[in-house]
Amino acid sequence: MERHLLNELERFLGKDAVLSQPEDLLLYEYDGSVEIARPQCIVFPRTADDVARIVRLANRYKVPIVGRGAGTGLSGGALAREGGVIVSFARMNQILEIDAENQRAVVQPGVVNSDLNAAVASAGLHFAPDPSSQKACTIGGNVSENAGGPHTLAYGVTTNHILGLEMVMPTGELARIGGKAVDAPGYDLCGLFVGSEGTLALVTEVTVRLARLPEAVKTLLAIYDRVDGATETVVEITARGITPAACEMLDGWTLRAVEAWVHAGFPLDSAAVLLIEVDGMREAVEQHAKDISEVCTMHGAREVRVARDAAERDLLWKGRKNAFGAVGRLSPTYYVQDGVIPRTKLPQTLREIERIGKENGFVIGNIFHAGDGNLHPIILFDARDAKQFERAVSTADAIIRFCIEMGGTITGEHGVGMEKDRLMPLLFSEVDLALMRRVRDAFNPAGLLNPGKIFPTGKGCGEVRIRPMPQRGAGNSALASGRDFA
Amino acid sequence: MSSPAKAMASRVADIVGAANFTDDPRELATYVVDGVQPNAAARPGTAAEVAELVKLATAEKLAVIPMGARTKLGLGMPPARYDLAIDMTRLDKVISYDPGDLTVSVEAGIPLAKLAATLAEHKQFLPLAVPFYERATIGGTLASGVDSPLRQAYGTARDFVLGMEFVTGDGAPAKSGGRVVKNVSGYDLHKLMLGAIGSLGVMTRVNFKTFPLPAQTRAWLAGFSRAEDAFLFALNVRKSALAPQTVEVFDQQGMEILSLGLSLAQSEWSVAISAAGNERVVERSAGELEAMARGANAAAFDALDGAATSTLMTAIREFPALAAKKFTDSVIAKVTTLPTHMAETVQSLRNIAAERGLAFATIARGVGVICFALLPAERDATVMTRLAQCAKEILDATEKNHNRSTIWCSPLELKREINVWGEASGDLGLMQRVKQAFDPHNILAPGRFVGGL
Repeated sequence: MERHLLNELERFLGKDAVLSQPEDLLLYEYDGSVEIARPQCIVFPRTADDVARIVRLANRYKVPIVGRGAGTGLSGGALAREGGVIVSFARMNQILEIDAENQRAVVQPGVVNSDLNAAVASAGLHFAPDPSSQKACTIGGNVSENAGGPHTLAYGVTTNHILGLEMVMPTGELARIGGKAVDAPGYDLCGLFVGSEGTLALVTEVTVRLARLPEAVKTLLAIYDRVDGATETVVEITARGITPAACEMLDGWTLRAVEAWVHAGFPLDSAAVLLIEVDGMREAVEQHAKDISEVCTMHGAREVRVARDAAERDLLWKGRKNAFGAVGRLSPTYYVQDGVIPRTKLPQTLREIERIGKENGFVIGNIFHAGDGNLHPIILFDARDAKQFERAVSTADAIIRFCIEMGGTITGEHGVGMEKDRLMPLLFSEVDLALMRRVRDAFNPAGLLNPGKIFPTGKGCGEVRIRPMPQRGAGNSALASGRDFA
Repeated sequence: MSSPAKAMASRVADIVGAANFTDDPRELATYVVDGVQPNAAARPGTAAEVAELVKLATAEKLAVIPMGARTKLGLGMPPARYDLAIDMTRLDKVISYDPGDLTVSVEAGIPLAKLAATLAEHKQFLPLAVPFYERATIGGTLASGVDSPLRQAYGTARDFVLGMEFVTGDGAPAKSGGRVVKNVSGYDLHKLMLGAIGSLGVMTRVNFKTFPLPAQTRAWLAGFSRAEDAFLFALNVRKSALAPQTVEVFDQQGMEILSLGLSLAQSEWSVAISAAGNERVVERSAGELEAMARGANAAAFDALDGAATSTLMTAIREFPALAAKKFTDSVIAKVTTLPTHMAETVQSLRNIAAERGLAFATIARGVGVICFALLPAERDATVMTRLAQCAKEILDATEKNHNRSTIWCSPLELKREINVWGEASGDLGLMQRVKQAFDPHNILAPGRFVGGL
């Protein structure tokens, strides 16, 4: 990187806000995905004005800029694919306002999801999107990726909870869209910018909607000897019009992996479990829990446990939310998919995933948001074996193609990033993509903001770069702690 | 008609067929938008025909306005140009419906009522309780951005539209989103189409998430003599553990517009709450709502039976339509604010009207959306001047309390003096870039939207 640019960055941000030593850069070359890409420097702005100055400088030097929250993303969204400056929002982590009466909060992008939740809990409120990485991931990252999480089944994903944004545009000017009140006149720009994966603007302030915490919650664990029983249960719960707050499935392989580490109480000899939560008014919760139990039993659940207290409930959720760390103990590398299918197609899709795995010689675990048909098949492989890696990618593609055939999509919550860009033409025509490119270019004309994301680059899958794996036991904390499957 | 215009007309007719084309002035009179009559109207039967029409319009620089049942064409500013009406009402089919997945895909011209009938067969519905419901189409409803009292519980269309196909200003058939309930593949371009009154594209197909019809819905009406009490009660209901479907506050004049035919004690202020769910949910809601209302100094509290509930909900849904029908020159403003600032905002709106001696009616959604109608009893120059002054003042009083105002409906004369969208805000530059990307030749409803877009 040009020494001049570094000097200028250091001059106005201070030396302690610019990292450029090789050992520093190493820490920012990965996120929660399997990709790697090394930046040339990392900067830590404290204000929107700092961000604007960084962007203007980058423009002057024609260097790419990539925003980054906690780096927990699963599609390479926060990686500097073409090098350049990573703008870390770690120091813009203040909650600026909590307006409990109106159920709003205004926060800086670096605020950690669970910190916001902790701050508003005493007012009986919460920020509903709850990605599994919520103890680390930031609101800015949630906004960029339109993050989901188990409880988005009933509450909606991030875009349903964002009312306003302050942003630095790729050309360096500051812009404000939306606000604390609903229905600002004009185009729904918030709807466009949320989920644009950091390709349209750098978000410097977020106005969020808060939801009331429910007065009652019931968490059920349904245990099955057949995978089909679990998937058929989900189909019927959906068809009956019951919307649980969350409805998660773990197949036998995954639950054994999790149980060995977390000891959440998942029975080791079962073929699948469903973790279902209902919340809301007491009267509704009781009835839904009863109806759901009935459906579970009808479809062959050998047991339906109801968490007796908050501790039991937390333990079950710990098993779910730490699943990926558990998988990391068993395989040197794994590749997680994020396809979505109509809920009515769950049973046949799970059978097809198993068939595809067998055909290609892979163990594929499944732990996912069954209630909204958002699959997370985990393909276990060894990245040190190039052939195996190639086969893992083609196996993943076969699964995604099946999802699309079923009327589904390539990503439900992880984002396209630099991992699924090559799959976009399976969903979108040249015309669709050209329009999306025109929209990107309308805001990001020089293409300096987060280049190489979302849109197919024309690179084949053989060029997907992957993080080199250390030998087992080498203590690669990046893998164990950095990857929380949403 | 000049001969180039004739040639054009025959090309439009070639695309949609002679039976679905008109350039007869008498028929075209029904396609007038804010006093401007087009040269032709076409009723395409497929998305491909829509694309052909827009392509032709692009090549010939014709301004087009897409429309459904034409119930809300008065929205926005008069068009800068208007050559061709695209009447979408032949695109009226359910394309696919997967009740087990709670998703449905429809053509944009389908009437809300027709779609509702299909969904009801599976005890499902779309929470779009919007004015002109019996005639309105999906496309028109989404493009106009009208909201629904059910948003308290279900949000607005942006929360349950899953994906869309549309034709952009260059005649290209594009899409975004998908048919499944969770999807982050690509930009959410379809969200931009909502409330854009056809200025970015012509919607041809919309995919929705559907919802189960609740087992039971009941409404209650609480009467108050003071606005502060009514709005505080509404706020407290929204903050309680109850899960209301609608929370609406209206003044006495608002109540009169609703002309319910329900024998209820008239109060200065009324709050209508509805709740849905099983019997125990409804029962508990009844008890707690009454206690909360009494605690907030309610003078009256009535529980409505099933039939009365549905009468009230229909009237609330139709409020702007009823006001516009009863008072032909009414001006209806939509003012949004924070829930805690509603009492204050409503009071200032009423003051603006009262100072000019104009009658008015108010209905306010608990989420912070106020529908304020100015109701002139007669039409003369003085009244028109006063209406214009009031409208201007309402539009100008926006910055306070995070308020944003637009004029939703007004006599055409007023639009020569005011911009119904209010003063352009700081994000107009960003909106211009969006418009440029979608409609580079500015042929889609030119001049009608915010900031002259």
